Amino acid sequence: MSFHPASAPDYLPLPQMRQLQLARLRAVAARAYQNVELYRTRMDERGLGPECLRDPSDLGRFPFTTKADLRDTHPFGLFASPMSEVVRLHASSGTTGKPIVVAYTREDLEVWTSVMVRAFAACGLTRGDVVQNAYGYGLFTGGLGAHYGAEALGATVIPISGGNTDRQIMVLRDFRVTAICCTPSYFIHLIERAAELGVSIRDLPLRVGIFGAEPWTDSMRRRIQAEGGVQAFDIYGLSEIVGPGVAIECPCQDGLHVFEDHFYPEIVDLENGAPLPDGEEGELVLTTLSKQAMPMIRYRTRDITRILASPCGCGRTLRRMARIARRSDDMFIIRGVNVFPSQIEAALLEVEGTLPHYQIILTRQKGLDAMEVQVEVTPEFFSDKVGALEGLHARLVEALDHTLGLRVSVRLVESHTIQRSDGKAKRVIDRREP
Amino acid sequence: MKIHQLSLFLENSPGKAVEPCRLLARAGINIRTLTLADTQQFGILRLIVSDWEKGRELLAEAGYVVNVTEVVAVEVEDRPGGLAGLLETLEPSGVNIEYMYAFTFGREDRAILIFRFDRPDAAIEHLRAAGVNVLPDVEL
Repeated sequence: MSFHPASAPDYLPLPQMRQLQLARLRAVAARAYQNVELYRTRMDERGLGPECLRDPSDLGRFPFTTKADLRDTHPFGLFASPMSEVVRLHASSGTTGKPIVVAYTREDLEVWTSVMVRAFAACGLTRGDVVQNAYGYGLFTGGLGAHYGAEALGATVIPISGGNTDRQIMVLRDFRVTAICCTPSYFIHLIERAAELGVSIRDLPLRVGIFGAEPWTDSMRRRIQAEGGVQAFDIYGLSEIVGPGVAIECPCQDGLHVFEDHFYPEIVDLENGAPLPDGEEGELVLTTLSKQAMPMIRYRTRDITRILASPCGCGRTLRRMARIARRSDDMFIIRGVNVFPSQIEAALLEVEGTLPHYQIILTRQKGLDAMEVQVEVTPEFFSDKVGALEGLHARLVEALDHTLGLRVSVRLVESHTIQRSDGKAKRVIDRREP
Repeated sequence: MKIHQLSLFLENSPGKAVEPCRLLARAGINIRTLTLADTQQFGILRLIVSDWEKGRELLAEAGYVVNVTEVVAVEVEDRPGGLAGLLETLEPSGVNIEYMYAFTFGREDRAILIFRFDRPDAAIEHLRAAGVNVLPDVEL
């Protein structure tokens, strides 16, 4: 195993790491206070300032920043650098209301590239690898973030961007691609489509998949690894913080190492926002430690995870976070019960062994919430006998009932009728009138 | 001596049965006979076609989940008591009928029954021994 020089901070002894974090925290708090009105006002209201940070844990006294703050200050209200120093803007897809704009100085881009180099290196990529970058290029941070990281690593980058599945498969095969970056659901789509075209992804030189931009489960990983013949790594990031490259799995595949020399992680209680100790599950809150153009102080990610502080087999000293299986955003409430799509997945898995394509439809009938889980019939479970399918249906209803404590209806639907997205899979369709 | 039957999963909604039939028609595949098993929620379309391998390929390419089942085609006399007689012949074999359907075509005094048995080989052996005409694929 060789180590990439850029990965040196991954192995920093803990006392040094905490010292570095504290120094950077103070600097970023000072920068935010001096240059951003929203941060200054909020710190003043609480009598807080950079000097209050005597230990990284003091950060817990500072106010949160939320997605709503980004919208309220749209477009440039949280910038801490003049436009003359901003060299790049990205924006989130903005599915709800205005898109969110994020800014980078030249140094910010260098940091971003460096964490992406470390991320790819952790996945075992090196000079000589051929990387098919199927993240969307453009305003979305995924495409360019992965692009510059892979290039800086010295790998060969194919900037194919998202979409055009048949061409993706042709390029995977013909260009002897060894690594692919895309969303996990899109990769599953690729495997399925390739099979239809008579191409076995598993038999190609492809050996590494770096998957992110949406929550996925261990069962999806097992399927991807078995059917795709790749080692599947989870990469985590969000535009508000930097883009992809906030955290990455190592070959131990036991949580994602947070590049905590640049992004300081906290876990807080979902309800009251109180900081939680390592090991406890809650919402991930991130503070950028080196960002210049747009520092983020205690940004609430809506992603639910926990910090794994135990040493990792790979030798990295960076703390890990458990893979994100759910977001507080995804949670929906039905008849007063909190439900996460991950619970539905667990129930479907229990019955079928692998995760079928599914979708959750929420409706309101005569004032009552109703939930229907549509499940595609797979070749493994399809039978010419009515009884066998009714049995499957009954087992699905039973498993969901057992997992959720709720009676939900299950509808078996034809294969390929649930929309496959080129990007993020849409699991929940909420048709309830507000 | 077994016949290959194609089964398709269909959602129980208007127009769902048309598309697979149209696909087969376009490829010049003839549907010998079919049966639609339906529940409130879904249906299973079972087809005996002139070229089951091509039919399966075509339907799978179009995104259908297709299942191939071996069924047994039996010829009986098309007269009162024809079916009853056959079932009586079968009874001592202890073979279970999962489902069955019947059709007549081009043979004036004969009907053809399609059986899905739990043990098709045992059923065929028993029927043959009793002198019943079990039809191969080519005769359909």
